[in-house]
Amino acid sequence: MEEMPREQQVKFYQKGTYTVGNRLVNAKSRAVQSSITRNNSLTSGHRACQGCGEALGARYAIDAAMRACNNRVMAVNATGCLEVFTTPYPETSWQIPWLHSLFGNAAAVATGVAAATRVKGKPEIRIIAQGGDGGTTDIGFGCLSGMFERNDDVLYICYDNEGYMNTGVQRSSATPPTARTATTPAVGKEPGNVFGTGKNLPRIAMAHGIPYVATASVAALHDLEAKVTKAMSFRGARYIHIQVPCPLGWGSSPASTINVARLSVKCGLFPLFEAERGEVTSSVPIRNPIPVIDFLRTQRRFAHLMKGGEENERKIAKLQAIADENIRRYNLVRKEV
Amino acid sequence: MLKQIEGSRAVAEAIGLCRPEVICAYPITPQTHIVEGLSELVREGVIENCEYINVESEFAALSVAIGASAAGARSYTATSSQGLLFMAEAVYNAAGLGLPIVMTLGNRAIGAPINIWNDHSDSMAMRDSGWIQLHAENNQEALDLHILAFRLAEEVSCPVMVNVDGFILTHAYERVDLPRQEQVDAFLPPYEPVQVLDLADPVSIGAMVGPDAFAEVRYLAHYKQLMALERIPVLSADFREKFGRESGGLFHSYRCDDAEVVVIALGSVNGTIKDVIDEMRSGGYKIGSISITSFRPFPLVALREVLSRARKLVVVEKNLAVGLGGILSSNIRMALRGLVQPVHTVIAGLGGRPITMKSLAEVFHKAFKNELEDTHYLDLDWNAINRELDRSRAARRSGPIAENILRDLGGIEKRA
Repeated sequence: MEEMPREQQVKFYQKGTYTVGNRLVNAKSRAVQSSITRNNSLTSGHRACQGCGEALGARYAIDAAMRACNNRVMAVNATGCLEVFTTPYPETSWQIPWLHSLFGNAAAVATGVAAATRVKGKPEIRIIAQGGDGGTTDIGFGCLSGMFERNDDVLYICYDNEGYMNTGVQRSSATPPTARTATTPAVGKEPGNVFGTGKNLPRIAMAHGIPYVATASVAALHDLEAKVTKAMSFRGARYIHIQVPCPLGWGSSPASTINVARLSVKCGLFPLFEAERGEVTSSVPIRNPIPVIDFLRTQRRFAHLMKGGEENERKIAKLQAIADENIRRYNLVRKEV
Repeated sequence: MLKQIEGSRAVAEAIGLCRPEVICAYPITPQTHIVEGLSELVREGVIENCEYINVESEFAALSVAIGASAAGARSYTATSSQGLLFMAEAVYNAAGLGLPIVMTLGNRAIGAPINIWNDHSDSMAMRDSGWIQLHAENNQEALDLHILAFRLAEEVSCPVMVNVDGFILTHAYERVDLPRQEQVDAFLPPYEPVQVLDLADPVSIGAMVGPDAFAEVRYLAHYKQLMALERIPVLSADFREKFGRESGGLFHSYRCDDAEVVVIALGSVNGTIKDVIDEMRSGGYKIGSISITSFRPFPLVALREVLSRARKLVVVEKNLAVGLGGILSSNIRMALRGLVQPVHTVIAGLGGRPITMKSLAEVFHKAFKNELEDTHYLDLDWNAINRELDRSRAARRSGPIAENILRDLGGIEKRA
């Protein structure tokens, strides 16, 4: 490992939390985030909200990628929270080469950067494109699908906070059913986002037959880092979809971001799995599944479901059915052997 | 080397000689033959060390070029019409980031009604985007301007759009003089970016800028164009020295020295205009023309000097700024502000309507006789327009205008 410049050295202000990982375990099993030599690619001092899941997810992912590629990573960013809170003029939190062009073109811009590194004879430089769910599943979807289809040598990371949080919490195609947003308010006949809409981008990515697709959560640091590391061992188009709670948009306590993310995984609504060339290759089992209501009640965006009544019961049951279907599809609850 | 080839092929070969490193391709008529030619040249190994990427849209084409250029590669793409509008957001972005991408625009009308033929509505829609916009008068100049464009773009770190009239130039077979690789290499040094994604010196490109500095960044984009205004004549002189022919420059004047009436236009129509001028000159009329090569930056001062000597200006332009009139003539009036010369607008050639010598001669004669309107619509079928206006007055649900006109003119069968 090359020696880090002094100003990039890490201060362990997160000591005693889940985020750093246990430094008492043996060196090989430690998280990149727990290492004194981690890059801090996205350094402190940025303008993210308290408890921002995306800030965590981005730092975990990029640091892990840097470790996996001997610090040879460049990033392309879609417009969105991550772009805005990391680069307010005249400051930047990025310690790596970083390029922001537009909201909907991060995947294509990354394709261009990757092409340039090849033509310049520097294939050892690895390219990551990143965006929120709006920049990925909606406005950036065309460019993303093109990048997948051509199998361009780019890892695309979607930080999914399930809505357009930067513009003030509007619905995206990643917003879950019943969730209240500014454009799916909790009023009228069907409060919140409706059932039967939205897209499952990890599965769409798999349908392109690309080398590697994974889902990850900020609540599962080792798993997230392992998936990023694995993604960097492949060439071609790769996709990682990281769920990142947004305290502002979800109406959750900033102190509970990790916990909310964990509950989302534990109830089955956000399954953690990997796929290679279109086939699921592994999933992270849920040891003690919880009912979805335990996840829903941590967030004000679902508060209207908690008012009782048959209709709300029915909706909660439909959400439970979605979680149950995930559990079945990805074999998340396994019998002890 | 002299060759008798299609305009698109000439452009493709010129791009090849410029040693592009990343080419992004998406088909749209009439630009398509250029990227087809380039794919051949790359696959045959004529263009070495080049990534040719078939993308899924024009928006992606320019976005890939943005990424490649920011990572230090000489990048090229081409489009037309709807394609330019589809990439509009990236067009502004490339200029805002100051990335020296070169793009060919095979000029074509914009729909609706959908139309694949030539006019300048597309480039005009992006005139304030911060791109340098050069217009080729013929295929030789189309070829030459691309070589100049890379040099200019990279010197001032600003993207350049080379406008080549769709079909009229892109699909015309003409004799062109293709330079040798050593000549181009001597004129165009390898690309040295002013900003680049580099592991050894990490920078953030495309950061957010608020009211505290946005105006300064925009002004600097304007300043780049002013720099280009100075560099274009210098580079064109260097081009003349290295290649032995006149190409580029801010504009070309034709028989303007003693001209009372000066005609101004962009692109290929200047050939027709010159023929009309020759005819009228032999009839004793003092008429000349200006073919503007550099529409952005617009050479306000240099044009003023030449145009202020004339009694009257006639601007022939292939666009219609709906609700205003002509864009080029508005720009010419800006160059002549404070002076008394009348500037006439002639809207011509929209959607590929042929601009004939006969019609132009009529208009120019009217200018000499002080009979030309402020805004003249060349060869417009007023009967067709009036019949459609009557229809729309007669019935609320008068139907789609384009279909009505086609039916009226016998293009499709009349309804029973």
